[in-house]
Amino acid sequence: MEEELRQLETRELTINMGPQHPATHGVLRLVLDLDGERVVRCTPHVGYLHRGTEKLAESKTYLSALPLTDRLDYISSMANNVGYCVAVERLFGIEPPERAKFIRTMMFEMTRISSHIIWIGTHALDIGAMTVFLYSFREREWLLDLFEMVCGARLTVSYPRIGGVRNDVTQEFLDSLYKFTEEFPRRIEEYETLIDQNRIWLKRTKGIGVLSAEEAINWGLTGPMIRGSGVPYDVRKFAPYDAYDKVDFEVPTGKNGDVYDRYRVRMEEMRQSNRIIRQCIEKLPKGPIMAPDAPKFTLPPKDNILRNMEAMIHHFVLVTKGPLSAPEGEIYSAVEVPKGELGFYFVSDGTGRPYRMRLRSPSFVHASVLPRLCEGHLIADVIANIGTIDIVLGECDR
Amino acid sequence: MNPLDIGELIRERFPSEVKAVHEFRGQVSVIIKKEKIKDIMRFLKESPELDFDFLEDLCGVDYLGRKDVRFEVVYHLFSMRHRHMIRIKAEVPEDDCKIDTVTDLWKGANWHERECFDLFGIVFTGHPDLRRILLPEDWEGHPLRKDYPLKSDLGELEWKGFKEVLEVAEKNKIYEMKGT
Repeated sequence: MEEELRQLETRELTINMGPQHPATHGVLRLVLDLDGERVVRCTPHVGYLHRGTEKLAESKTYLSALPLTDRLDYISSMANNVGYCVAVERLFGIEPPERAKFIRTMMFEMTRISSHIIWIGTHALDIGAMTVFLYSFREREWLLDLFEMVCGARLTVSYPRIGGVRNDVTQEFLDSLYKFTEEFPRRIEEYETLIDQNRIWLKRTKGIGVLSAEEAINWGLTGPMIRGSGVPYDVRKFAPYDAYDKVDFEVPTGKNGDVYDRYRVRMEEMRQSNRIIRQCIEKLPKGPIMAPDAPKFTLPPKDNILRNMEAMIHHFVLVTKGPLSAPEGEIYSAVEVPKGELGFYFVSDGTGRPYRMRLRSPSFVHASVLPRLCEGHLIADVIANIGTIDIVLGECDR
Repeated sequence: MNPLDIGELIRERFPSEVKAVHEFRGQVSVIIKKEKIKDIMRFLKESPELDFDFLEDLCGVDYLGRKDVRFEVVYHLFSMRHRHMIRIKAEVPEDDCKIDTVTDLWKGANWHERECFDLFGIVFTGHPDLRRILLPEDWEGHPLRKDYPLKSDLGELEWKGFKEVLEVAEKNKIYEMKGT
């Protein structure tokens, strides 16, 4: 019998995980070579959602390229919009007014919370803790309603503008948001009581997908992925934009660099975001929401266009040619979106359209580290690893 | 360290390689020749006063008809310890569309270089796995080149996969609801 068993042939089995697999969070396809339940090789295939955003942006004016950024990381579109506006403002040398900066920071952190809420819900769902999903989406709904209140859209918001924001926030909005910040810390505790002491959760996350600090830096990881490994790299602290240098917050870091530490980092980040929102509401200064030189960058109000010749000329030039005051030069500007560092690299040739717009998307870099995380581990851990890198394929494929 | 000083330091170390140092809005770009890219990158990464351990971004730019050398590969480097940044731009001519890979210095460069190859057609010699990444394997052309059309009317030359989708859609029309 034993002799017979020894003669049996063993060979690797290749399976396709995705692109239509619920646990891959989109259209990610992994080709896994398996030896029993152990992953020998993992080859990610991305690009199913490639829409050529970079190529499209070259043919659009600086103003009309803004909605393209909504469609990158579609669950945190506000953060992408702000990132785009900050980059264009740095290129043109515009300084938005204080009030606009605080509103943007507030919106940015709301986006971070709503993105992390989706992450905790789906990540726990993948690993087998279904209840968290039901709880977390309750709070996301609240935030989406708030987005709707301020700009009329829930997902593809396109609310920030170059040089400010589209419209001012109302007192009703601020009151509801303040109530949210009072309520939310208790809700985070609710999620934590569901999984923090859960033996299955701990077994599935502790010691899985370990990355050392040196490795995380070498791979170019950002956001909670690098902070989970103990590197306090956060663009909000390293190169502050908007009002981040005027609010007080901490950058949580992990120690072991495993799935569990990244979970802890993101949970703590939600608390910090909550703090930032609160400070923004309390400190929100009065004043304009658009930079004084904004007519050169923003379409004038509609009734002005109909009555005022100057405004109509502005409108015409902006729509057909884009902002005419573009300098010649190039700029790299990064913001800390919920997934990590979103970088915009603009090459401007002095016309109203970007000569080249490069997007450095965190999900793309994070997806590239999947083979390193999965190889040598069990196939069940692949699911935990996909959850922990928190990718959105719209941003990865651009 | 002041970014302009970093530029001067590179110029001092590799006087024949550096072509220009530009500053715009506080960010410094160093334009270099591509031949010694690996040595320059290793110097930037390993010398203790620079310590560029983090490759933020790597991408290509096509300057068709605007500059003498058509392509540039742009590296954005950051140092975690010193918190300074620099932009290195390596010139890649069209008739010799190759540059050495930096994947052995920064592992994160792997996919960026594949993307650059996919969208610009710049070959990274020494890359461990240089395949297309965002576009299908049998795609022809490199879309981010300036001479690649934004909208195409290729007809028969259209990508095979897209034609298949159109055919299936045509067949499925028999299942469509007819108006009452």
